[in-house]
Amino acid sequence: MSENRKCQVLIVGAGPGGYVAAIRSAQLGLETIIVEGDKPGGVCLNIGCIPSKAIIHAAERYESLTKHSADNGHMGITINDNPNLDMKGIVEWKDTIVQRLTKGVEALVKGSGAELINGWATFSSSKQCTVKTNQGDIIIDAENVIIATGSTHIDLPFMPCDEEFILSSTGALSLQKLPKKVAIVGGGYIGLELGCALSKLGSEVTVIEGMDSILGIMDKEIRRPLEIWLKKNKVTVHTNALARGSKIKGKGASSKVELTFEKDSEEHKITVDKVLVTVGRSPNSKGWGLENMGIRMDTSGRFIRIDRQCRTSAPGVYAIGDVAGEPMLAHKASAQGEMVAEIISGEKREFDKVAIPAIVFTEPEIVSVGLTPDEAKERGEEIITGKFPLAANGRALTLEAEKTGGFIRVTARESDHVILGIQAVGSHVAELHGEFVLALEMGALLEDIADTVHAHPTMTEAFHESVLKSLGHAIHSA
Amino acid sequence: MGDYIFKLPDIGEGVVEGEIVLWHVKVGDSVAEDDDIVDIMTDKATVTIPSPTSGIVTEFSGEVGDMVAVGSTLVTFSTDENTSNQVEKEPVPEEIIKPVVEEKIILEPVKEEKTKQIPKQIPKPIPAVTQSKQITSSNGNSRVLASPAVRRRAREAELDLSIISGSGPAGRIRHADLDAYIAAGGTVTGAPPTSYSTKRTGTNEIKVVGLRRKIAEQMVKSKFSIPHFSYFEEIDVTELEELRQMLNASRDDNQPKLTYLPFIMMALAKIMPNHEECNALYDDENNIVTQHSAIHLGIATQTDRGLFVPVVKHVEAMDIWQSAAEMQRVSGAARNGTASLDDLSGSTFTITSLGRDGGLGATPIINHPEVSILGIHKAREMPVVKDGKVVIRRIMNVSSSFDHRIVDGANGAALIQALKRMLEYPALIFM
Repeated sequence: MSENRKCQVLIVGAGPGGYVAAIRSAQLGLETIIVEGDKPGGVCLNIGCIPSKAIIHAAERYESLTKHSADNGHMGITINDNPNLDMKGIVEWKDTIVQRLTKGVEALVKGSGAELINGWATFSSSKQCTVKTNQGDIIIDAENVIIATGSTHIDLPFMPCDEEFILSSTGALSLQKLPKKVAIVGGGYIGLELGCALSKLGSEVTVIEGMDSILGIMDKEIRRPLEIWLKKNKVTVHTNALARGSKIKGKGASSKVELTFEKDSEEHKITVDKVLVTVGRSPNSKGWGLENMGIRMDTSGRFIRIDRQCRTSAPGVYAIGDVAGEPMLAHKASAQGEMVAEIISGEKREFDKVAIPAIVFTEPEIVSVGLTPDEAKERGEEIITGKFPLAANGRALTLEAEKTGGFIRVTARESDHVILGIQAVGSHVAELHGEFVLALEMGALLEDIADTVHAHPTMTEAFHESVLKSLGHAIHSA
Repeated sequence: MGDYIFKLPDIGEGVVEGEIVLWHVKVGDSVAEDDDIVDIMTDKATVTIPSPTSGIVTEFSGEVGDMVAVGSTLVTFSTDENTSNQVEKEPVPEEIIKPVVEEKIILEPVKEEKTKQIPKQIPKPIPAVTQSKQITSSNGNSRVLASPAVRRRAREAELDLSIISGSGPAGRIRHADLDAYIAAGGTVTGAPPTSYSTKRTGTNEIKVVGLRRKIAEQMVKSKFSIPHFSYFEEIDVTELEELRQMLNASRDDNQPKLTYLPFIMMALAKIMPNHEECNALYDDENNIVTQHSAIHLGIATQTDRGLFVPVVKHVEAMDIWQSAAEMQRVSGAARNGTASLDDLSGSTFTITSLGRDGGLGATPIINHPEVSILGIHKAREMPVVKDGKVVIRRIMNVSSSFDHRIVDGANGAALIQALKRMLEYPALIFM
């Protein structure tokens, strides 16, 4: 017995791309069905952005409580006892946030008029799929299809994640006990965010990175404060090092993992409680009938090939988010989802963003919007830059945000002062990024920012000052 | 991995070589199939050549301004066949590579290769990436400076922001610029610029290549080799204007609207048999002047690409409607780039007119190897003394230049005076 359904818009995957597309397309009066094989919210809400930020916040709290309970306390506040850490408790607290948000997403989708079907969709042609649900199969014929299937962590073939000893980020976000020693294979943003948090919670962390530096997506200057933090906090970083294999040693509760890695042509071994593998993410292009849709892949063969309107090579089929190319970021997926719904409803839209912000929630946080100075030069731009340290910002001092050596750096074209890129590093700088992106999208000049009053005392003043510095007249800087 | 050598294909009309006028890509760029790679200018047309393959540009075989022969290497691509598309085989690169490599041995039969190639191409689904019209460009240096709201409005109005000039700082396009552009029906670009505190320091270095270089060379040849003398006159076109209005009012739907130009063309055709020395070509290397009894009038035409001189042939055998229609056809063809070689050559005398921006006078440069040129200026109402009274008459100035080696002052003046007589008593044109 199977049920037959028709709709104007069928969305596969209810992550930050898919659910936004569903809500927007329902808002526009289109008959919309969204199919999700797991919980709504995707990786982002369930096992990615949100849960990791919860753990990171808890780790920060624990770290500061530890400072207050040290011998002389901190900033005049002393706790006489040591704070207790209950990893299980943290994870439960994190789960309540995740549940609240996924329920919220579900309610928003339903409230918008879109129909959420829980099940696994498999396409038999570009516009038809069969969804296996608990209540039986549903065959859906759609006028338009939006593929939003997302991505999955990449396993190392010689040490696949078992989520017990070899963890992916998913396992790392549901630890029941704080591991004493952790090795992180892959020094990208996911590994380092979790690495910083685990270090704050008291784990001894070792990072194994194959390239010659961690966080290769950021430039040298901007990642320097993070490298210093890692050193100060005794996080061992091995660069140009490749994991080679792992062995479970011991039995029962006392089992450990011996991780082998190669560095400088020498084999090294470390024994840890857990190994976290964060070597990247791979688009979900298999297991749901993509091969039956007649859709062309991009030149790398990994992602679905799309144009500036997220159209695939099959008419009426769109692809958004991680499955449709870099950068694999939730906010890019959401923006594409919203746009595609509007295109289907007949509006003229194009993905013409000047910048997609990238944020790394390490300690310190790192933000990059637009071009770095090096990238601008590579494009043949004559540039001026301005860099302002958080140590010269009053609000940063009151928040102790300057302690991690952060700064804000702006890059502009020399001839007309058009801002080309903004990067920031420092505690709490992530929340500053909105103004950076707006500046780029609006085509702001240095003068636009210079002539905008920034409230005192806030960290946004540091952005204002970095701009003044690029113009040669910063106030609070020598 | 493989190198893909792309040679300048036969671009038609017996063209054997072309000049590189613009590279759309740089060495190191990765290009997709059908992306524009280079503009090649031949004698008469500029052709944009698309990429035959996807790959990385590894080498150019010429700089902007260089001439390349049909069949010679233009670009070398490095194509990565290993990683290209695992899901769908793309047979095209292989198909093309083979014939082109064979071509290395025999240079001549390029045309054959080309025709062989076409039927081999397997019909593919329209690549998604090329089907969208790019309205704004958001990457790097070439990005249009405009807020998201302005970009959205432009897209909805189907306007290309890159052709609208912004009045904001650094050329940022504001809502007001869009309003002004739309209100002017697209003819005015942007609101008047306002000054901001940003100093402008940039310079724009433009390589003189292609049509501009040809124009420059032709001008130098004319001005350096021909001793010009210029002669000006004012012509009372009051009667002509009346006739023109009357003819326009009574014309059939299929007849073109008449400007002054067809009357001037007809008048020249009428008087030229008495002024043969002005309707001539001077071969100054062999010292031969060829006077023509046919009247082939070059019409200097401003186009987006620069100055063109399309030709109306045998005006002496046309009536006024025919000459107007033919003039519209050739100048239209020159403007939209469809003019044939024939449309653009063979003139014996040239008329230049700036139309609305006609001004009072000019010193037109003779279209070498012709010996005469006539410039037409804007007709306007003027107070003139006639029979002892000041009256309002419609006056049009003409400027002319003659090759003083061939045309004596008196002869040039005589032509213009004859023309004046014709235009002031327009009935004479038709007698």
